[in-house]
Amino acid sequence: MNKKFWLGIIAALALYGVVQVLLTTGVLNDVSKSMLLLICVNVMLAVSLNLINGITGQFSIGHAGFMSVGAYTSAILTLDYDAPFVVAIIIGGLVAALCGVLIGIPTLRLNGDYLAIATLGFGEIIRIIMLNTEYVGGASGLSGIPAKSTWTILFLFTLVTVVLINNFIRSTHGRACLAIRENEIAAEAMGINTTLYKVIAFTIGALFAGMAGGLSAHTFYVITPGSFNFLKSFEILVMVVLGGLGSTAGSIVGAVFVTLLYTYLRDFPEWRMIIYSIVLILMMIFRPGGLLGSTKFSLKKFGKKEAKANGGIGDSSAS
Amino acid sequence: MEYFIQQLINGISVGSIYALIALGYTMVYGIIKLINFAHGDVFMVGSFIGLFSARYLASAGLPPVLVLIISLIFSMTVSALLGITIERLAYKPLRKSTRIAALITAIGVSFLLEYTGVLVLGPQAQGFPDILAKKQYQLFGTSIQVESNQVMILITTIILMIILQYIVRYTKTGKAMRAVSFDMEAARLMGINVDRTISATFAIGSALAAAAGVIFGMTYNSVDPLMGVMPGLKAFVAAVLGGIGSIPGALVGGLLLGTVETEISSLGYSSWRDGVAFAVLILILIFKPSGLFGKNVREKV
Repeated sequence: MNKKFWLGIIAALALYGVVQVLLTTGVLNDVSKSMLLLICVNVMLAVSLNLINGITGQFSIGHAGFMSVGAYTSAILTLDYDAPFVVAIIIGGLVAALCGVLIGIPTLRLNGDYLAIATLGFGEIIRIIMLNTEYVGGASGLSGIPAKSTWTILFLFTLVTVVLINNFIRSTHGRACLAIRENEIAAEAMGINTTLYKVIAFTIGALFAGMAGGLSAHTFYVITPGSFNFLKSFEILVMVVLGGLGSTAGSIVGAVFVTLLYTYLRDFPEWRMIIYSIVLILMMIFRPGGLLGSTKFSLKKFGKKEAKANGGIGDSSAS
Repeated sequence: MEYFIQQLINGISVGSIYALIALGYTMVYGIIKLINFAHGDVFMVGSFIGLFSARYLASAGLPPVLVLIISLIFSMTVSALLGITIERLAYKPLRKSTRIAALITAIGVSFLLEYTGVLVLGPQAQGFPDILAKKQYQLFGTSIQVESNQVMILITTIILMIILQYIVRYTKTGKAMRAVSFDMEAARLMGINVDRTISATFAIGSALAAAAGVIFGMTYNSVDPLMGVMPGLKAFVAAVLGGIGSIPGALVGGLLLGTVETEISSLGYSSWRDGVAFAVLILILIFKPSGLFGKNVREKV
């Protein structure tokens, strides 16, 4: 807990205060408010996916699956069992985390492309299960979910997500994850239990994705299996890649940017998708480190000084 | 029993479509180790080109068989060019970067094709003309029925397979393809033009996908810009099932997946069909990641 950490917390609380004042004085209208809530949900999703994709180097494109598990679980808890809102969200996250473990253990023996396609498959399987289960409303989904997400609650959840994941990245365990990203075989040779860390990263990622799902369900009243399809996973991936794989700050910037784009292009969905895909392609060709990651810089430092790999945000970026 | 055989025949005709798409996946993966996510969308483009050329040729009053053959060849040619263009613009600059970067690019290309399609053609499905008149044949005096379309699909697939086998086994390009997929650097040192070989692979794979697209349109009579997503993913499952990188594997995987799917639909679980395809994928990946026909490759340090 150094000075930088507390400065970050103070800045975040200041941001919260300013927005809260704007909301109570009515400067921000309902459209801006729902955009703010969506930004919080997306930041949670992007930061948690970044832990799996950017930090641990495991390419997962089934994040919407974890999100939907959390969303459905918490929605059912508040609708059918009158569970307190925050409890429902946390349980939703835990159930999603459990799915993360279950999916993680068998599939994490796979790597790279195979893992990507397996996670995609899992995301689709979850969607199809929801689609065929009458209890959760089938294709029409669940509606009438109480709109209990407020700016305060979403902000707190987002802050906790960012702080916890960021601290995890800087911990010994986080460095183990970074080592796996850099070279799995070398990491294994150094005595790191690669499977364990991959499962941990998957579980934490799923936990926060599940909570984000629950929060979004209680923000927008309605959830359908269709809202958690491959497109949603792709959108989260765009946020992470845009900001820079491996950079928490980058994920936040990416999430904010994509949400703004999403809101302003709401009436032109096909243009939105075309812009996403062109951004992705150009990004990979010209700036694979993303906006806030600079591969060249950190590689140079790594090579010349033979300094130990710095796991801080911003200056570490995925290959 | 007859019911089962009937479903088997239906399964083979669906499976042929998967097999044709899976060949493109498996060839590209075999050569540059990239899951070409955009392949399913090349299939879509091929289908639309087939649709437009069939409409045009039929209105010009050509005999049906000629309409089919010309639109098939035209669609395959244009799609082959599309495949080469995609490779040149999107994948070639990434040849030296990580596989994840290439995979993200492939997903990007896929969405670019899909939503450009939605923008240009509109999101609604379009009817595909009946190029050949549909007939039903009874088989050996039993109640098993074979449609003329299914016969056509099987014949087209078999002809394309024979051509493909010939190209890969006996032509110079085919030998170069096999050499590059075995060891790209060594092939380069032996004087093989690697870039041209990779382009050829994309061209052949895309042409096969386009053929599958035309056949798909004729079978289901409806095409739309997002139609490539599911068949594309399932063809990938088929390629993994058969052992990615193996041409016979893609064929067997496609037929197997098609059969499993139609059997499941016929048992009344059609809404679970897509889920089963992915479950098959995950089971294969966990228990036999190299697929049915694949070689087990150890990762070198």
